[in-house]
Amino acid sequence: MDFSFPPEAEAFRQEVRDFLATNLTEDMIEATHDGTMHIPGLHRAMADRGWLAGPVPAALGGGGRSPLESVILNEEMQLARAPIDAMGVTVIVAAILLEHGNDHLTQHVVPRLLDGSSLACFGYSEPEFGSDVASAKTKAEQDGDGWLINGAKMWTTMAHIADYVLLLTRTDPDVPKHKGLTFFLVPLDTPGIEIQPVPTMAIERSNATFYDDVRLDDAWRVGDVHGGWSVMKTALKYERGIAGGQFPSPPVIDAALDWAQTHTRPDGTKPIEDPTVREKLVRALIDVEVCRGFAYHCADLANEGVMFGVEGSMTKLFASESYKRHCRDFHDMMGAEGLLTHESADAHLGGRIEENLRHSPVTTIYGGTSEINRNVVAEGHLGMPRAR
Amino acid sequence: MQTRFTEDELAVQDAFRTFFANESPSTVVREAERAGGFSADLWNGLAAMGGPGMALPGSVGGGDATLCDLAVVADVYGAHLAPVPLVEHAVAARLLATIGGYDELVVELANGGSLATMALRPLVDGIARFVPAGAVADVVLGHVDDGIVLDRSMPPGDALPNTGGLPLAHRRLANNLISVDHVAWSHAVDEWRALTAAAYVGLGRRVIEMGVEYSRERIQFGVPIGTFQALQQGYADASTRMEGAHLLAHRAAWALETRQPDASRLAGIALLFAAEAARFATDRSMQYHGGYGFSEEYDVQLYHRRATAWILQLGDPSLEYARLADAEFGPVDGGKAA
Repeated sequence: MDFSFPPEAEAFRQEVRDFLATNLTEDMIEATHDGTMHIPGLHRAMADRGWLAGPVPAALGGGGRSPLESVILNEEMQLARAPIDAMGVTVIVAAILLEHGNDHLTQHVVPRLLDGSSLACFGYSEPEFGSDVASAKTKAEQDGDGWLINGAKMWTTMAHIADYVLLLTRTDPDVPKHKGLTFFLVPLDTPGIEIQPVPTMAIERSNATFYDDVRLDDAWRVGDVHGGWSVMKTALKYERGIAGGQFPSPPVIDAALDWAQTHTRPDGTKPIEDPTVREKLVRALIDVEVCRGFAYHCADLANEGVMFGVEGSMTKLFASESYKRHCRDFHDMMGAEGLLTHESADAHLGGRIEENLRHSPVTTIYGGTSEINRNVVAEGHLGMPRAR
Repeated sequence: MQTRFTEDELAVQDAFRTFFANESPSTVVREAERAGGFSADLWNGLAAMGGPGMALPGSVGGGDATLCDLAVVADVYGAHLAPVPLVEHAVAARLLATIGGYDELVVELANGGSLATMALRPLVDGIARFVPAGAVADVVLGHVDDGIVLDRSMPPGDALPNTGGLPLAHRRLANNLISVDHVAWSHAVDEWRALTAAAYVGLGRRVIEMGVEYSRERIQFGVPIGTFQALQQGYADASTRMEGAHLLAHRAAWALETRQPDASRLAGIALLFAAEAARFATDRSMQYHGGYGFSEEYDVQLYHRRATAWILQLGDPSLEYARLADAEFGPVDGGKAA
């Protein structure tokens, strides 16, 4: 085996570090406390460098940068606490459109997604269907040359700032669930769409979106009629190949180490002198190296053109579950002072650990729950029977 | 970047997998355990394949293989709980070859005629306690304040009765200082850590495989127990940890082989994570085997006991965490002084 990056990828890592040092400010990160995990200025600056188009295959009209560079970009952004959610989703939607979209979508929408002027969000989950996403019942019916859409979507995070939603709809209710689905890219300013905020226990807000007799031209259809599941597979492929999420822990560990070294306990000692604190910190650093191994492995497979599934599930499962543990451990370490939120001037490092603690539970839920990912590993890696 | 085995590594894996599958079935493991944790026949068979010297220089009769190749073999060896101290021997022989001046002895080690090991724990009054393979090795390297000592003496043969059925013994080492290179000693112990991590990966993956096979055959409530999500979720967790450990173990071996700056850190990390992952995997597999897993008849218990034992040859794992913490954050006393 060989875990070294080629020199051009190492050079790219340095370029990204320099870029983030210049372009990502504490004020920008602070501004995400309004609940929108997106930094428009940073997003455009990245687009200007061609980094949004980077991970999209060149054969499809993207930047065709190596997956090794994509994982570096994701890693460095997460280490620097830059939000990657809106960027990741927008790039994935662009890649999906390039693979399944018609001329209208590829020529008029994709360039705007990749040059940073438009954002997209996902519309898969519904009030009644989350993990069982193929049971979606938001209805799209033929309406003359176009379509009439009615239904509701949950967890359309970023919909309030996005220009488009990639919408999963039911076009045939009378066939097995996977065979009656169709995707549309829906402009969010289309009449009949209502966006309602869904506040969460963390800082971030999500949305519920409602579709009431939304009329859509057929030019907005993505892929074949009733061919939605094959688009969904592409979506999952890119979600695992492009989207980040492998490195949520390092900023929390940095903050924990800072606390452990600077705080003085009532007995006059520092937490860093406590063997139990030291072991927790080392365990967290070990988990990060496990995540790094998984992330580089997935990037290497993608680089070799190998389609992977279980590796992506293992990565997401381990990264999110360990992140949740780290947040709890280090929040505990701070005792009552850890309870202070970013609104308190006394909060340590702007309440970073508290903020992560409240955010962490969603990471083992969204983008495929831990339970679904374990199912994927049990069936796809261990060959165990389907059990649901 | 090459995070899967290369063609050459796959060829090595294939050759040793066949060897251990044929020559180290659990009947051999059990027989060796009754005889003190060592099978001379298996050692001789391994020697005939060039195993003991595979990662020694060709100039002393070795096979010129890399530590990465050795890690591939350690994985297969761990999967079969092979009752021969291949990891200790390989690491000790490489250390002796690095120190130099003992070519004749290293040739003996390369062909398996002599068996070497390292006393992993510090010597106290010339006594090395709990020496891995101490019951059978006639060459023991130890670490003292001044450097590295070499002891050549008849091994006791009898092992200390122990959880893992390992050929552990206390040894009195001759005060025969052969090197003052403390860095070489640390590097060798790191090689032991990385290779033992790889062996743990073999062990952990195999114990999951055995459990999954059993879950297809065992019927409860009218269905194979493998159809129950409770088992599936547990095995999926265990398997995820083993795959993470696999990437870490071979990354550590690569880092040591190519002298990366973070090699020692990665070796320590790989061992701690792989050991814990394998212990979790054996725990799950034993649990999902039900009472049979606890019985002597089934092989799961062999894996469970060795998973417990291997890392303890180095001492309490807490001390390994503390060692890594000192390297990361500085020692506690240093913090106070500052």
